[in-house]
Amino acid sequence: MNLRPDLAAIAAHVAPGSRVLDIGCGDGALMAELESASGCDARGMELDGALVERCVARGLSVVQGDANLDLANYPDKAFDYAILSQTLQTATRPDLMLDGLLRVGRRAFVSFPNFAHWRTRAALMFGGRMPVTRALPVSWYETQNIHHVTVEDFRDLAAKKGAKVERAWFFSGEKQIGAPAANWRAEFAVFELSR
Amino acid sequence: MGGGLPQFARPMNAAPISPVYRIPHPLPLDSGQELEGAEIAYETYGALAPDASNAVLICHALTGDQYLASPHPITGKPGWWERMVGPGKPIDTDRHFVICANVIGSCMGSSGPASPAPDGQPYAMRFPVITIRDMVRGLVALLDGLGIARLHAVVGGSMGGMQALSLAANWPERAVRVLVIAATARHSAQNIAFHEVGRQAIMADPAWADGNYYESEAKPDNGLAVARMAAHITYLSEAGLTEKFGRRLQDRPDGTKGAKSFGFDADFQVESYLRYQGSGFTRRFDANSYLYITRAMDYFDIAEEFADVPGSGKLADAFAGTQARFCIVSFDTDWLYPTAESRHVVHALNAAGAKVSFVELSAPHGHDSFLLEHDQLDRVVKGFVE
Repeated sequence: MNLRPDLAAIAAHVAPGSRVLDIGCGDGALMAELESASGCDARGMELDGALVERCVARGLSVVQGDANLDLANYPDKAFDYAILSQTLQTATRPDLMLDGLLRVGRRAFVSFPNFAHWRTRAALMFGGRMPVTRALPVSWYETQNIHHVTVEDFRDLAAKKGAKVERAWFFSGEKQIGAPAANWRAEFAVFELSR
Repeated sequence: MGGGLPQFARPMNAAPISPVYRIPHPLPLDSGQELEGAEIAYETYGALAPDASNAVLICHALTGDQYLASPHPITGKPGWWERMVGPGKPIDTDRHFVICANVIGSCMGSSGPASPAPDGQPYAMRFPVITIRDMVRGLVALLDGLGIARLHAVVGGSMGGMQALSLAANWPERAVRVLVIAATARHSAQNIAFHEVGRQAIMADPAWADGNYYESEAKPDNGLAVARMAAHITYLSEAGLTEKFGRRLQDRPDGTKGAKSFGFDADFQVESYLRYQGSGFTRRFDANSYLYITRAMDYFDIAEEFADVPGSGKLADAFAGTQARFCIVSFDTDWLYPTAESRHVVHALNAAGAKVSFVELSAPHGHDSFLLEHDQLDRVVKGFVE
């Protein structure tokens, strides 16, 4: 299974046999990996009906729904992990979504594109236009990313929410990079949180 | 009834008659009454595995029957879900043993108001009022008779989906997979209202005669046809009706072009269509069965069944501890059982910690979409039931 680097990092650090909710699960690649390789009980939520259909057709339990609204219907601590990959920046209220994640899951994994990556900064600084980069390939007028976030912003939000950063991983393209100067160097970040 | 079709519906040709299972014990009913010697007519497709692990029960809708994937003996039309069930179809009878049974209260061979009571006369309105759960009790008795302890899947659309949910809630160990299409966990005020229109149409027909029409020449066909016409509208969508009929006028039987008659003939194609649907329906359905089954649907509210105090029920309680996998499907143009009702079920299943999938499919044809051509539905059904 060839997972996206942020999903691979998450898959490698979910404890085997866990109950997992994957919010914005897409075609279910991470769920399938967690079920087959780690014996997890994985559930998914996805807005796009065509993707839900693909998940159901491969035997995954995925609910078509909007995380902004439907997370409220899950009981407290229903899952060992709540996972939000590349979706936080599309949320109506990322702060409330983070609350929701930490309510339904004992731990949360959150991955997002880092808006403070040097390419993004350079595009804005020297181009004077909203950045269109490898990590953020869609123009401002049609992107679903309505709440751009940086590594440091996310740390601040987590702290404000009383969430503890258990671990974090940073990526430049496919390559994992170290934590130093991640706010400059990371295209993507993955955080594991607890509260 | 002895396995034959009831008198009112006897086909003219020598059509094959479904096998009938006689429930060997009195069937307890939600009303507190019991049904003695209840019979269930059913059809099966495919072969049961030696360990009986491949059985799929498909539950039919209000006016459906057991002729799921074989021709209807009265109308001669193909089975109502032949596009979904058969060799190599999404529900594959080369792999699964598919059972479809006529529900209690209906009129295609299972015990209902047209069946003889112990005194030999048709029950008519003496037939006990039944519920969806009573129908499922009958189906569970049939499964016992067939030696099937655990279903690979229970599947149903519309009222069939209600039965699937009822089975999952009340007999949670009997099905591994539960597929519910275009259904609801409770009948809404609007649902009840439309059914009441239909019942009143039947009961206002002088030929209904308080339900005692089985021996007489006149049948409450006019009332039943109006009931069907009103209900049929709820199965479609405004856009679907517009696309199919618009304001187009119906050509006259003598072949002349349609024109406004300045009278009350079926000037519009949609009128002609509804009349045709209504009268066709009376050939194959019993008016009293229509009363009983719509009543059963109106009483349906799973949360209420599981409430300690009336009105206090939480739907999630009905599914607490379930090990079954659920798949809930709705259609975006279905205003009879809209997506919100399916979401309500999904939220309850989530709260109960059940394994649940849910998808809202896009289709122009309203509630009836579940019976029509839909590739996405096929893939979801195939993927889930496999």
